[in-house]
Amino acid sequence: MTYESVIGLEVHAQLATTTKIFCGCSAEFGADPNTHVCPVCLGLPGALPVLNQNVVEMAMRIALAAGCTIQPRSRFLRKNYFYPDLPKGYQISQFQSNEEMPLATGGGVDVPSADGGTKTIRLTRIHMEEDAGKSIHQEAFVAAGESLVDVNRCGVPLIEIVSEPDLSTSEEVFHYLTSLHQLLVYTGVSEGDMEKGHMRIDANVSIRPVGETQLGTKVEIKNVNSFRNCQRAIESEIQRQIDLLETGGEIEQATMLYDPDRNILRAMRTKEESDDYRYFPDPDLVPLVVDSAWVARVQSQIPELPEVKRVRFAEDYDISADQIDVLTADRDVADYFEAAVAAGVQSRLAANWIQGDVMRVLNDRKIAIGDLRVSAEDLAELIGLVDKGDISTSIARTVFDDMVETGDSPAAIVEKKGLVQISDTGELDGVLDQIIADNPKEVERFKGGDQKLMGFFMGQLMRATKGQANPQKASQLLREKLG
Amino acid sequence: MADDSVFSAQTARGLVHGIRREKYTAREITEKILAHIQNTNPDINAFITVDEAGALEAADAVDQKVAAGQALGPLVGVPIALKDVLCTKGLRTTCASKILDNFVPPYDATVVTRLRQADAIILGKLNMDEFAMGSSSENSHFGAVKNPRDQTRVTGGSSGGSAAAVAAGQALMTLGSDTGGSVRLPASFCGVVGLKPTYGRVSRYGLIAYASSLDQIGPFARTVEDTATLLGVIAGHDPRDSTSAHVPVPDYLLACQRGVDGLTIGLPTEFFGAGLQSDVRDAVMQGIEVLEKNGASIREVSLPTAGHPAFAIAAYYIIATAEASSNLSRYDGVKYGFRDEAESLIDMYVQTRSKGFGAEVKRRIMLGTYALSAGYYDAYYRKAQQVRTLIRRDFDRAFESCDLLASPVSPTPAFKLGEKLDDPLQMYLSDIYTVSVNLAGIPGISVPCGTSTEGLPIGLQLLGNAFAEETILSAAAVVERELAS
Repeated sequence: MTYESVIGLEVHAQLATTTKIFCGCSAEFGADPNTHVCPVCLGLPGALPVLNQNVVEMAMRIALAAGCTIQPRSRFLRKNYFYPDLPKGYQISQFQSNEEMPLATGGGVDVPSADGGTKTIRLTRIHMEEDAGKSIHQEAFVAAGESLVDVNRCGVPLIEIVSEPDLSTSEEVFHYLTSLHQLLVYTGVSEGDMEKGHMRIDANVSIRPVGETQLGTKVEIKNVNSFRNCQRAIESEIQRQIDLLETGGEIEQATMLYDPDRNILRAMRTKEESDDYRYFPDPDLVPLVVDSAWVARVQSQIPELPEVKRVRFAEDYDISADQIDVLTADRDVADYFEAAVAAGVQSRLAANWIQGDVMRVLNDRKIAIGDLRVSAEDLAELIGLVDKGDISTSIARTVFDDMVETGDSPAAIVEKKGLVQISDTGELDGVLDQIIADNPKEVERFKGGDQKLMGFFMGQLMRATKGQANPQKASQLLREKLG
Repeated sequence: MADDSVFSAQTARGLVHGIRREKYTAREITEKILAHIQNTNPDINAFITVDEAGALEAADAVDQKVAAGQALGPLVGVPIALKDVLCTKGLRTTCASKILDNFVPPYDATVVTRLRQADAIILGKLNMDEFAMGSSSENSHFGAVKNPRDQTRVTGGSSGGSAAAVAAGQALMTLGSDTGGSVRLPASFCGVVGLKPTYGRVSRYGLIAYASSLDQIGPFARTVEDTATLLGVIAGHDPRDSTSAHVPVPDYLLACQRGVDGLTIGLPTEFFGAGLQSDVRDAVMQGIEVLEKNGASIREVSLPTAGHPAFAIAAYYIIATAEASSNLSRYDGVKYGFRDEAESLIDMYVQTRSKGFGAEVKRRIMLGTYALSAGYYDAYYRKAQQVRTLIRRDFDRAFESCDLLASPVSPTPAFKLGEKLDDPLQMYLSDIYTVSVNLAGIPGISVPCGTSTEGLPIGLQLLGNAFAEETILSAAAVVERELAS
């Protein structure tokens, strides 16, 4: 029998706010354990949460970018469960029920489909919640039989983006996650740093025979931390379910954890063991009311989104489809490109440089374009020097590397290092005469018709001039002298 | 203990006057009252923790301010004590529970900060029903509070220590908290004034939660004016409490002079029905007659839902326990407070909570957990919220035609220690006239209006519309003036 899979995702994304969702503590990653804490996020008796308005705005921004409807009134609920890294004994989270709405509902994210077109993955909702702390077991510094808790992460703002079960393949899942990531980073809502756990994914996976309309029993894969792992986990879960059905087995509703090292899933709990979270509206927080003026204000702050930018770049610039992808993948790279073009460089030349040397430096150094010491204006100036014939392309590369190190302007570097191209006929004459005198055999062979030796002479010339000879001028002179 | 006053000033108002004029120093007053606490507390058991060093230090700081001619706060030198449900920085805060026996908060509740800013002297922390759950102040890890008027009787609860300390002259003013009557009932039983403000009038930041949508901090004092002064100090918006209201704080002291001429006062018929002891009714009617004599018109009103115990008490015990079951989850032995070591995490949780909480607290956690459980939520929690809406409407309708409502605080005066301990339902009925007020979020006061045939104090409950504390205080002041014994 052939089966099709039905997949829905719940993506938790960490918002890029400086402070936590319900208190003024820093939300920064990597601080010493239990230093970013206060009575509120420690859940001390008597402390009360106060909603951070920036969290609401960021959540609204991504929701609007994904075409969601902002609910005029939403609430926070308490999700009750005991765990040592949950200091209050409940997590404050929005929730959707008949009476309680989350911040945003509806909307969708486009992904490339198998037939080459696009497919819209509908969103159920986007809601806000607080992160829990971190339990630390089995580390060298943890005594046997003990566990430690770091509360720094408690109250770090998260949004949960819940999709409809519209995804059919693990490839679509990968594309969906990539698009979502790009959208989150573009809108400045999340830093999207996977290594810091900024996106964590729960996947609901079921299969059914092709043609069947009823949904199969779903299995939830919890807390996957990379897109590739998510893809692999889903593939292996689909295969597990197919194998089970094919051998006459039955799929049991369960929650699984994925072990990426061994590429296996293990059951966390079954339906019978599922928790009763006893959700109820948090009486410490008043309902969140968002009026249309607030929505409009946030809407106006949303930058140009990747899809729109791609279309515009194709229309406005003389660059390849491949370059459009590279340039628009990151909003800051796109802005850098446009700034270089605005400084007077042809779009194709700017794109070539950014796709080549700039991206090479960013990748080698693992830095963002914002950290690059070469401004778009300086890059434009460098390209201009090549264009005018002041320096050769290979000199320009050397100058660029120097710019990366020093942050100096290209003109200053060319000046400092004396790299201006030698186009002066008199100066080139002398050097060429010397080369001809030093290499009589090669001169003979060239005159005998071995045109390939042109390269040899040019190489000698570049060595003698440290690459500063104007190649066009020089080859023209050489031909005159040997012709 | 007719006159427990250890110094000439009977009221905070008088004391502030004396300190400002340097008739006596804050240190003198504080030393005297600390000695009085030492003498009387073994009998009354109103204090869990007395902070002698902190109080004397604060007193000296006040005296220096006076001597230096600096600006002085409205409660300068006034000895105040706090229900042990309010967090005090560096001073242990137990909620009268074993589970918080050793808990020392690293921060002050907002009301505590405001008291310090007002130059009050904080004497210590007062006994109560564990986690404010109870109507007699007997459910305490530190033993029952005894009524200064008759030490064989309860103080009422849960803020029993707060009422008893004022009645016994161990503090001129105290703070308590009222979730279903916990300020008004002990005020009535101990013969002092106790006010439960409108929900949102006073910041709850630093008030250890019992039921967050019902809890409100309230002042106790010997007089209505002192109660008004203390309310004025603690009231007002607090950015740390999202549920605190952005409503300006009026001059409550001024309101005490206003009188009741022209006010309409409603008597909810349901609050005068079967079960109300006759001497309590007589005393309450005496208070109401005083109001009428002073120009108020009296009329009967009906509160069909709010006045019906089957609705009000039931809704209260579902909502309050549901919230409590969640609020008290944090006491798990992991971070602070009592922990019973065990082999596994789950055993540690179970043993810590089994041994750390008292019987009534565990009963309410279980009730609330049940009410919120999947499959029962609709039948209990949701239904209770619907009843709560109807109760609010009852009061809204009543306040369309009345400025105030008047009723007894409780069907009986203070009962004997131990009398209702084994009968939780009888105990819950002590709050029959008070719980609906918390469900509606409106303010109420208990002001002494007479005594029972046995000579026990009886309080008159006056209820106002949301943020109508001024009207309540104006009427309470009239009752006090005419009936002060």
